Formats: sequence, C-alpha cells, structure tokens
Amino acid sequence: MAGKTPTGGEIVIQCLEREGVEHVYGYSGGAAMPIFDALVDSKIKFVLVRHEQGATHMADGYARASGKPGVVLVTSGPGATNCVTGLLTALMDSVPMIVLTGQTITSMLGKDAFQEADVTGITYPVVKHSYLVKNAADIPRIMKEAFHIATTGRPGPVLIDLPKDITQGPCTAPFVDTVRLPGYRVPGRADPALLKKAADYLAKSKRPVLYVGHGSVISGAGAAILRLAEKLNAPIVNTLLGKGACAEDHELHQGMLGMHGTAYANRTVQNCDLIFAIGARWDDRITGKLSTFCPDAIKLHIDVDVAEFGKVLKPDVCMAGDAKLVVEDLIPLVSKCDSAEWLKQIAVWRKSYPLKYAKKGGLRAQYVLDRLDRLGGRDCIITTDVGQHQMWAAQFCRTTKNRHWLSSGGAGTMGFGFPSAIGAAMATGTPTWAVVGDGGFQMTLCELSTAALQKVPVKILIINNSYLGMIRQWQELFFDNRLSGADLEGNPDFVKLADAYGVPGKRVKRAADVDKALKWAMNHNDGPCLVEVEVVKEDNVFPMVPAGAGYEQMLIERPKVKMDKPTGST
Amino acid sequence: MTAATTIPFHTISLLVRNKPGVLVRVALVFSRRGYNIESLVVSPAMGQGEYDGIPITPGEFSRMTITCSGDPDNLGQIVKQLEKLIDVVTAIDHTGEAVIESELCLAKIKSGLDQRTALLQIAENFKAKVVDYGSDSMILRCAGESDKIDAMVALLRPYGIVEMVRSGKILMARGLAST
Ligand SMILES: Cc1ncc(C[n+]2csc(CCOP(=O)(O)OP(=O)(O)O)c2C)c(N)n1
Ligand SMILES: [Mg+2]
Repeated sequence: MAGKTPTGGEIVIQCLEREGVEHVYGYSGGAAMPIFDALVDSKIKFVLVRHEQGATHMADGYARASGKPGVVLVTSGPGATNCVTGLLTALMDSVPMIVLTGQTITSMLGKDAFQEADVTGITYPVVKHSYLVKNAADIPRIMKEAFHIATTGRPGPVLIDLPKDITQGPCTAPFVDTVRLPGYRVPGRADPALLKKAADYLAKSKRPVLYVGHGSVISGAGAAILRLAEKLNAPIVNTLLGKGACAEDHELHQGMLGMHGTAYANRTVQNCDLIFAIGARWDDRITGKLSTFCPDAIKLHIDVDVAEFGKVLKPDVCMAGDAKLVVEDLIPLVSKCDSAEWLKQIAVWRKSYPLKYAKKGGLRAQYVLDRLDRLGGRDCIITTDVGQHQMWAAQFCRTTKNRHWLSSGGAGTMGFGFPSAIGAAMATGTPTWAVVGDGGFQMTLCELSTAALQKVPVKILIINNSYLGMIRQWQELFFDNRLSGADLEGNPDFVKLADAYGVPGKRVKRAADVDKALKWAMNHNDGPCLVEVEVVKEDNVFPMVPAGAGYEQMLIERPKVKMDKPTGST
Repeated sequence: MTAATTIPFHTISLLVRNKPGVLVRVALVFSRRGYNIESLVVSPAMGQGEYDGIPITPGEFSRMTITCSGDPDNLGQIVKQLEKLIDVVTAIDHTGEAVIESELCLAKIKSGLDQRTALLQIAENFKAKVVDYGSDSMILRCAGESDKIDAMVALLRPYGIVEMVRSGKILMARGLAST
C-alpha cells in the first residue's frame, strides 16, 4: 500500500491493530463495507457471527475473560440497533467494549437514507461515551480516546458511528498517542486521611464483613483482599459478579450474598457491625429492603466511580480509587480484629444452613452443577445465562480464579451465556462451560454456527426444565401458582439441533449418567459440544430474599404460607 | 418556563466540552429520573487561557446554567451523574452559595395611550427599558435577578402581556470561587 493514501476505513483498522486488538466480532452490511474491505489486509481475526447481539456478547465475554476491550463491527440501521442489548449488558456490568457501526454518508444524515438510524441518539443511555465521526481527520484521535475511555476508570462500552463516505474517503491524519479529555478524571489511590478513618472503624469492629463486587474482579484486587481479610480475620462474601475475585473455597469465604446468596453469607451480612464494600455498588439484589439492610453497621465503600457514593445509601467512609491500590494502601494500617467469636458464630450458621436440595424425586440441576464443580469446573471458565440455572451455578460452582465466572448481572440479559462463552474461550483458549437454560439458549443459539466454525472449546450445559423456570418460581411463590407465559412447550430436540450444526451432544435424564456426560464433555477437545440435562421441571432456588424484602424475611426453603407479591424493583 | 413558585430551585452550572450531543447527554440525566429542567442557558465559555496546562482553542468549551427543582439528595446524585459524563468538565450546584445571578426578560404589552403612564412607571421602577414603542403595544426589556423579573411580570400582567421571552438564569460565583 506504500505511497497510496489510506482510506478512513484502513485507518480505523490500523488504529485497532495499534491498540493490540486480536479479534473483531461482527456482521457486515452496506454502510460498513469500506471497513470490512480494510480487514482483508489486516492480521486481525474477524469472527462472523449469526446475529449482531451475539457479536456484542462475544466481545463482552472476550473482555470479561481477558480484561482487554472487546471489539464489535456492524453495519448501520438494523445492524446497529441489534447491538443495543449488548451495550446495555456491558454498561451495567462495566465491561470495556468498542462498537463500530457503519452509517449512511454524511450528506444523507437525517434524511431517512436506506438503513439510516440515529444510532448515537438511540444509544446515548447505554454507552459510557459515543462518537459520530464527521471528519476523517478525527479518526485517529477518536479511536485513541474511545479505547482510553472504554478501559480506564469504571470501564464501559464506547460506540463509534462511522459514515461510509468517511471510511471510504482518504484519511491522512497522523496516529495519536495521547488523549486530552478535560474533566475525565480517573481516581487511582485513595486519600490517606480516609484510609486512616476506615482503619479506625475496622479496629473497633468485632463483626466485620468484606463485601466484594465486580470492581474487585476488574481491578484484580483479589490477592490484596485476601491479605486484608487474613490480617483482619474478617469473613468475605461476594456478589454474583464478584465471584472469582477471591477464591470461594478460602476458609474465610462465605460465598455469595443477596437475593439467592447462601444463608450463612446473608446471616453474616445481617448481623455484622461493619460492612466493607470493595468494588460493589449496594445493588437492590444485594440490599433487599434498604431500611432494614444493616441499619446499625458501619459502612465503608471503595469505588472507582465516585457517582456510586451515596447513590443507594450513605456510607461512613467513601474511598475513591482503584480497588486493588486502595486495599493495598489500607493493609499496613489495619490489625487483627477481635472477631474470634464472630467467626465461630458464622461457622455455626454454615453448619446449620448449608446449601441443600432435595435428593429425591428426579434429576436436580443442583446435583449436576455440584458435579460440574467437582469434576474440574473450577479449572474452566463458567459463563451463565439468566434464570434459575444461573443462581444454582452461582451457588454450587465455586469460583476460585479471577475472570473465571462470567454472568450478566446488572442487565440480567437472557441470551448472554452462550455467545459470551465463545468470546471467553477465544480470548483465553481455556475450556469454557456455558451453563444455560432451555429458554435463554434459544435466544442466541444461532451462534452454534460460529462456535462450530471457530472450533472453540465451549461446552454447552443446558439445564432443561421445560420452563422459564425463574418466572415459574415467582408465579408459584407469589402469584398463587397462576402460570402465565412460563411454559416452554415446543422446545426443540437440543441434541438433534446441535447435530445439525455439526456439534456433538448428549442428553442426560438420570443422575447416574451425569458424571459420564460431564467427563465426556470435559475430554472433548475438538470444538464445541453440548450436554442437555432434563431436570425436575418444578424446582425452586433457595435461599431467597424476596425482592423488596429484608434479610430477616429470607426463605431457606419453600414457605408453607401464601406470600405477598414482591414490592421491590422487578 | 420560570414561574413564581414555592418549590426551591437549584441552579447547576456546567462547564462542558462544546461537542454535538452534549446537550442530549445532559438532558438525559434529568429526564431519566423524570425531572424537568426549568431553565437552561448555553453559551460559549473560556475563549482563551489554558486548561490543565494546555492552551484552550476558541469554542472548545461551553457554559450551561440549568435551573431545576427536586429533592436535594436526588439533585446531588444528578450532579454526580452529570460530572461523570465524559464531555462535562465540571458540574457545580450553586444553591445557597454567594453568587451573582441574572436573567433577561422581554415583555410585549398590549397598551392603549391611556395605560402608557402606568406602564412607564412600572418600567421605571424595575429599571426596564422600553425597546419598542407602537401605537397599540410596547416591549419592555428588563435584566436582573429572576425574583425581580417575577415581580415586574406580576405587575404587568393585568395590562395584558401578549408575549414574553425570558432568557433563563445565568450566574457566577462571587470573588475568586469557581462557577
Ligand atoms: C432478554 C430477557 N427477557 C426476559 C427476561 C426475564 N427472565 C428472567 S429469568 C427468565 C426465565 C429463564 O428461563 P430459562 O432460560 O429456561 O432458565 P431457567 O430459569 O429455567 O433456569 C426470564 C424470562 C430476561 N432476564 N431477559
Ligand atoms: Mg428453563
């Protein structure tokens, strides 16, 4: 290409290369043609998905598993609007992502051109930032800024809308290496005075608990948090997305807290005298009814996003900064808490309220996930879809490595599990289990093509209960079992379906066959495979703190009395 | 837009990067919570000097002054969410602070000759200027604090205000404090 003026599209691709991008997930179309053309000469691997939503979740899974930004490339109009769910999913869970969308030529903007959509307008609420490129000369600067914004501070998705005349026309602007973003501040280390204040509170606490969220995973704070916990002699609980920051099999770890957390984690939170949020945001799935959530406990909060401070409740100390750096700076200031009694009490709760499930009456999802955990699940990445299977996986598959647990938390996006597993496996080469429901899998199962073509080590585990199980559970518990839109009659034969895509599969109906099928899948190292387990249709996830209720109303098993409709947010 | 009311208004001053879409991003922070913006003034800011040690290019920044009402907790959250926007450089709620504030009002009044004296007296009292004078109408221009304009408007109303345009409030922190 020497001597020839590069096109805007070529510069876009060269910017991606300069950022170290390995994969681009996407789908082509008229307005994106010049960018696709530039891909031909690039060493970046392009992964053609089967639906743009799949591309966003693959890029998301790639990013969550690797810590590097995921990149999506789609066309204008419907190609771009198909990305909206993926953008929301990434924004809610603070995932770094770059979404490049083709756009109609600049002279036609606003004139209802073919496949024109006001994409920046549609996506304002679901991006960390976005750009509409009106000048080819701006491409290098915008690309640099986009990667910087997506990956620093609280990560998030950045969308770049690229009109076709801009990507087709010449671009002579030089590459840039620095960004100038007045007003964009990324806190690093916390104010020493605040650290001291937090340490003083910790010194007085007899019943502390560390509440670890996704921010700890993102910042890689796990090792520091374990050192802090050990020095303080304080128990740890984590959120759904905090799984993996600290090994869940550590003796101080009580597992997941919140709506479907372990009973002992929730008892710990309910009775603590100090709760320390580390990269967590007091989500409503965590706090339940706010007025009864740890009303007398001291609250400490570390967050890189200062807008989280005081959003839900008013902590006693708010430390702005990167979770890892802040915890590291705090460690020298703390000493052992007088918490021996507290840990004894927690041990009693652990004994009295272990995670349990009925062993009779048919094959249980919990059993399958427990076996997955024991048969090597902890060495694999596990992604989940959304529903009962997600909560059971969170409970029974303990996560011991950072970035080995990927689940859509904030958005709760059905359809996330399978494509995110493809992205995670492509990013790391690590065997990846996609634990999905029979409902959610059908939302993005067209990516079986992509998985088969890319020969990714993804093992799909379908927990088939023939229901939108989580919906059925709520209707059973809170709506007099009046089932409405919950029955998945008409499900396909998933094994045959996989076979049609060239993906081998096995169906399991009896507990006795579970190990064999899981081992088969573990040892399958020639691309994706599928295990469908037909589980008891009407099982429920417990413990459960009904939405909007307080921890004191936690259900450990199915209640005998009729329950009121939940009042909390969804 | 601005009307005399008992709900306390908050005035938030934003320094923003002058980029397409910044106004929508700011507006969405309010509309997402069902909050209404009472008044909004956007104008060029900081045409010279430097920011973070780098010379400012003319037109790089704009100033937004937003008046709205709501409970202080939510507004505190709104200010943080505004500050979080990439294109917002600073966001400050100036409520209760020492500020100089000002607004401009143009009011067209239908008036026959018999009402002229009374109207001119009102104008005089509020230091309003007659900027258009016709046989059956006149336009007054009044600048000052929003309360003062509210008071003048109340006095003019019985004479028949045909049209009124108010600029919305602008303000500046007193002394060397930042706006
Ligand atoms: C895109 C989307 N639509 C609807 C929902 C609401 N929803 C949450 S869980 C659930 C049921 C999921 O069913 P399935 O995938 O079979 O999983 P199960 O609960 O049975 O394990 C539904 C419909 C959602 N989270 N996402
Ligand atoms: Mg199901």
